[in-house]
Amino acid sequence: MTTQTLSKAAPGKTTKAMAISSEALSYAWSEQTTPIKFPDIQLAVGEHLFLQGASGSGKSTLLALLSGLAVPLHGTLGIMGQDLPGMSSGQRDRFRADHLGVIFQQFNLVPYLSVLGNVLLPCHLSARRRNQTLPTPEAEAETLLTALNIAPELWHRKVTGMSVGQQQRVAAARALIGSPALILADEPTSALDADNRDRFIDLLLGQAETRQTSVVFVSHDQALAPHFRQHLMLETQS
Amino acid sequence: MKFRLATSLAFASLWHRRGVLGLVTLTLTLSITLLLGVQYLRTEVRQSFSNTISGTDLIVGARSGQLNLLLYTVFHLGDATNNIRWSTYQTLKEDDRIDWLVPISLGDSLKGYRVVGTDDGFLRHFRYGNEQALKLEDGAWFRDVFDVVLGAEVARELNHVVGDDIVLSHGTGSVSFMNHKDTPFEVTGILKPTGTPVDRAVYVSLEGLEAIHIGWESGVALPDRTVTPEQARSRDLTPGNITAALVGIERKVLTFQVQRQINESQAEPLSAILPGVALSELWRVLGQFEKALLGITGFVVVTSLIGLTAVLLTLQAQRRQEITILRATGASPSLIASLYLLECVLLSVVACVIAIGLGAAAIALLGPWLLEQQGIQIGLRGLNGSEWIILACVPAASLLVAMIPAWRAWRGSHHQGLSATSHE
Repeated sequence: MTTQTLSKAAPGKTTKAMAISSEALSYAWSEQTTPIKFPDIQLAVGEHLFLQGASGSGKSTLLALLSGLAVPLHGTLGIMGQDLPGMSSGQRDRFRADHLGVIFQQFNLVPYLSVLGNVLLPCHLSARRRNQTLPTPEAEAETLLTALNIAPELWHRKVTGMSVGQQQRVAAARALIGSPALILADEPTSALDADNRDRFIDLLLGQAETRQTSVVFVSHDQALAPHFRQHLMLETQS
Repeated sequence: MKFRLATSLAFASLWHRRGVLGLVTLTLTLSITLLLGVQYLRTEVRQSFSNTISGTDLIVGARSGQLNLLLYTVFHLGDATNNIRWSTYQTLKEDDRIDWLVPISLGDSLKGYRVVGTDDGFLRHFRYGNEQALKLEDGAWFRDVFDVVLGAEVARELNHVVGDDIVLSHGTGSVSFMNHKDTPFEVTGILKPTGTPVDRAVYVSLEGLEAIHIGWESGVALPDRTVTPEQARSRDLTPGNITAALVGIERKVLTFQVQRQINESQAEPLSAILPGVALSELWRVLGQFEKALLGITGFVVVTSLIGLTAVLLTLQAQRRQEITILRATGASPSLIASLYLLECVLLSVVACVIAIGLGAAAIALLGPWLLEQQGIQIGLRGLNGSEWIILACVPAASLLVAMIPAWRAWRGSHHQGLSATSHE
């Protein structure tokens, strides 16, 4: 399996600090499987990348590498100028807590925590994220939830009764709180209808823009591409 | 901060799954209550057992083993191998080192309850528990030859009240065809419950026992040799021999000296035993059973804990997404593993607390009934050291069994990607 890139570099951004900088990345889930090779990525701080690819193209694997949950077989990977593969497992966990926000396709929330409990989770795991909230973690969580159209009466309720669209927006608030450097979104709109999908992307990217947070947005849906200036396509080749 | 986070997550997670975990906790609670109950009863029964007789320094009987002597004099089990001559008893009474002597004469029964021939010294000197004296619930201690005092259980089971006439049976079987029907006794007193074999005994005077055996010298009633109560009163009713005697020593330091002297008596072969030592030896024999019982209930708790682990392992499959979220947010594999450990320990602590409450309620409710109906004295008290240790073993054991799901979670977290379901 190989991958190929179809990126459109943003003009005039080459001198900015890089959120992601990877070169000749490859990964194998086991010794028996053929390694997946990934295209090089250069994503400046505050930029948003649309990562497109069909099922089996290695999108989630790439996200696992970018999040530090997996370590590449070969190649270099820098996140916010830090050599992620060179860190220990514990350092990568800490780095993820401090600098990354993650949004999944669905079932994004811890079922036994309230809406606010879910949003505040990163602040409990990272002092840096907690200190970056303004003025307090609770106040920022409420600001984010309001901005993402989650009604106040839902804030203290369990998340299990909410619609998928509401759950995804709560997940976005959790990813954004404490202004992490990078948000990894793994097909977060695949369970939403077209209206909710566009509104979700606009809200997410708008908030990310405000915080100078870089976003890697994974989807197999080509219709979302216009929301992004940088694109990367992973292709499956047998 | 991480510990606080882990604790709050564990609490929230347990509450979220309270339905299924509640049932497991109930099982665990009941097994802990059983374990704690058995240990509590063990302590109480042992205490009650060793308190069967107190304040008596020596028990003197015909030469035999100390357990046999203890069993027939205190517990009214088995029979004496021989009697003591009344003259020997009188000689002992004249010994200056001996403060008091209470005669015990056995051999008859009332519907299976042993009849104890004694004198008023029994009421004065016999002590049980923490030096507690016998007290009468109703009536008075016997004064006349044909008066009888009943133990609490005897009166309750046979429905006797003060003033009733009763007929004693010859021999100690529960069913006897040889009754001393010519010489009935009148109930003059009923003792308060003591939780000791005293409750299951019938007390008459030595003279009374002599009186009902006139004409029974060959072991059965000989026609024309038995007497009426009035005729009996006119006879000399001094006993020829007695079964045993309880002895109180004036100066406790002389107890061993008196014991040795009695054991070496030339007048007749006697045994003098220390009740406390004999009780301890008897408990060593009986104690094996209660240790086995404790072991069995221990296994019940272990089974419940394994059940809890099985449930936690089953829930683990449902929690993959939640664990993925926590990992993606920056939670370390150790934090994930600690969640499982904390949840299991918290559940067992909750089960222990409920078990203590349940046990205390059961003892408070059943204690008076047990003493009244069964003669078992069990009071509410704080847990002792060994009970706390047994209780503490439960969370410790739960921590141990929780290592299995925790280790699985820890290992799984190390190999986890961003997806809970597949490695795309």
